[in-house]
Amino acid sequence: MSDSSSNPDYTKQGAAASGAIDRSMRAPVVLFAAAGVFWLLVGTLLALITSFKLHTPGFLGNWEWLTYGRVRPAYTTVFLYGWATNAGLAVGFWIMARLSRNVLQRGTILNTAAVFWNVGVLVGVAGIFFGDLTAREWLEMPGYAAPILMFAYVLIALWVVLTFQYRNSKYTYVSQWYLLAALFWFPAIFGTAQLMAVYAPARGVLQEVVGWWFAHNLYALWLTPIGLASVYYLLPKILGKPVHSYYLTSVAFWSYLVFAGWAGMHYLAGGPVPAWIISAGVTGALLVLFPVFIIGINHHRAMAGSFGMLRTSPALRFTYFAAVAFTTVSVVAAIAAFRGVKEIVHFTYFTDGLMQWGVYAWFTMAMFGALYYLLPRVLQRAWPSPTLISLHFWTSAAGIGLYVFAMCVGGWIQGLQMNNPEAYPEFVDITRNTLPWLVMASLGGLLLFVAHVAFAIHCLWLLLRPETAENRSMLTAEPKTMKVAAK
Amino acid sequence: MNRLLVIVIGILLTIAFCWTGIVFSSYVQLGGLEHYEDEATGEFYPPPRAGIAQRGQKVYQELGCVYCHSQQVRRPGYGSDQDRDWGERQSVSRDYIGDRTILLGVRRIGPDLMTVGERQTSRDWYHRHLYDPRINTEGSAMPSYRFLYEERRIEGEPSGRALDLPEGHRPSDGYEIVPTSRAEALVEYLLSLRLDYDLPEVPTE
Repeated sequence: MSDSSSNPDYTKQGAAASGAIDRSMRAPVVLFAAAGVFWLLVGTLLALITSFKLHTPGFLGNWEWLTYGRVRPAYTTVFLYGWATNAGLAVGFWIMARLSRNVLQRGTILNTAAVFWNVGVLVGVAGIFFGDLTAREWLEMPGYAAPILMFAYVLIALWVVLTFQYRNSKYTYVSQWYLLAALFWFPAIFGTAQLMAVYAPARGVLQEVVGWWFAHNLYALWLTPIGLASVYYLLPKILGKPVHSYYLTSVAFWSYLVFAGWAGMHYLAGGPVPAWIISAGVTGALLVLFPVFIIGINHHRAMAGSFGMLRTSPALRFTYFAAVAFTTVSVVAAIAAFRGVKEIVHFTYFTDGLMQWGVYAWFTMAMFGALYYLLPRVLQRAWPSPTLISLHFWTSAAGIGLYVFAMCVGGWIQGLQMNNPEAYPEFVDITRNTLPWLVMASLGGLLLFVAHVAFAIHCLWLLLRPETAENRSMLTAEPKTMKVAAK
Repeated sequence: MNRLLVIVIGILLTIAFCWTGIVFSSYVQLGGLEHYEDEATGEFYPPPRAGIAQRGQKVYQELGCVYCHSQQVRRPGYGSDQDRDWGERQSVSRDYIGDRTILLGVRRIGPDLMTVGERQTSRDWYHRHLYDPRINTEGSAMPSYRFLYEERRIEGEPSGRALDLPEGHRPSDGYEIVPTSRAEALVEYLLSLRLDYDLPEVPTE
């Protein structure tokens, strides 16, 4: 991976084999991606309702199942387990198959897993609307959904391990390391959290420690490694040049795994837990910057001198947007973990701004980039409309930018006011002062809605488009493919 | 790093390291916390919650109150919790051991509720607030929980539990608004949120 000539995908022979692998992966990749896009639309709708309710509390307020405290957890669940995980799996499987140089085998395992995973999400979301939510952030699904998800996950893990173990390539690639890391971290955190926070809730605040350990790591060690696998795979591939320094890359990988898992404890800052837990969180958030910088150097040095390609390759545009978001959100999160800063931003909308910076501006944009790259290859037909791609990119970039800006700045002001009881003795005034920021965030949400509708229509169009020779010929060369599509 | 086994063992070690460092260590420190017995009075603290209040906590969880309300008082000098009269002392781990579900919260879209039962002691106030938050607090961003209340025709004598609502919020003549059992449980739970006892580990000024 440090040397492009050692990557068999770059040889003529490899290119032909890649096509065979892509075609073989069609069923599972399309299944997971389609489920992901479906949940993305549902999640966007729920996100909009959540957002409107914040500044208009009466909006859809007469039904219990549509109250804020139900729609909000339903939205995060749909977004994280429906969209993000389905999309991440589609991308992860495809990268794993390609780098292992394996034509799909035992595809039934994956197709079955897709059905069970999405039934699990459906049961979980329905349970939330019925009032069985755990009310624990990012772990809201009722306990009875977990066994279905776990069963699906065992199938997924089995397939990934088999594909990697019986690989046909001499090398392993950094993207594969990250995928394997995510593969093993997820059951560890999900199992621990289900056991200690849902099935047999641990004593007192211990369940909060476990809950936040899980929630942070769902982002840091499930979504993020999948996103990094995608960026590490796509950047060199689209740019046609290698990642810098194999040695540094492996140092970054291991140090990321060692430090990232500790960083979530800042959610309990100042709270009724032993002080060392918070200190461990702050230390983790700070130390994780070391691998983040190396990863950033990998990504941004690869980009240097190739910025012109951002105009021609949509996959690259989304992927690089995501890479920049990953670097920036990690730095801001580390700063926000510090005692003095945390004192201002804790308990404010800043928290939501930062979460979306990570989950959307970083992870979701990375997945969009990957799907733009892999779907035409898997389906053997080119994206029909460059206009829709442009619309998707600009509305999602502007939408998430507006949302994060509104929530972070509004949250900061909210925090300053909360900490100043002399000037703001009435709590309700502080909440009221956040209204303009919340309206701005809703506008961002509307832009994201447009972006996702454009993306969904485009995906459907691509799926229904006939697979013609002319269509296929656009896919034979890399990286020119995307140029054609973007013109 | 070409072998599956080497990579997997490495990954499992990072998981074990983090799990031991946070989950297991916290379990060792917090898992065995017991109630504090006041030798003089024989009372146990934190005091147990009444059955109806425990049912109310379930309603609190089901309605997702935690997404806007925290339940924790931070120490003096960190934030403004005590200057806002949200508690005379900070809350500590032991304050939470009596409940099945702990919802500390990370957002304060509404005020902290750790000691709300000390600040507001009137059941009527809570029912009015849940029925329509704008009655008690002009400009409140809280949604109305009207679905926890029943509007019904007055048959004979009006119910003693009917809500005392101000002009403009009353139902039409001959009707009354009565709380469901869930609303009553929720209010009992909110009333039970108090920190009016001392624990040995709480630092005193």
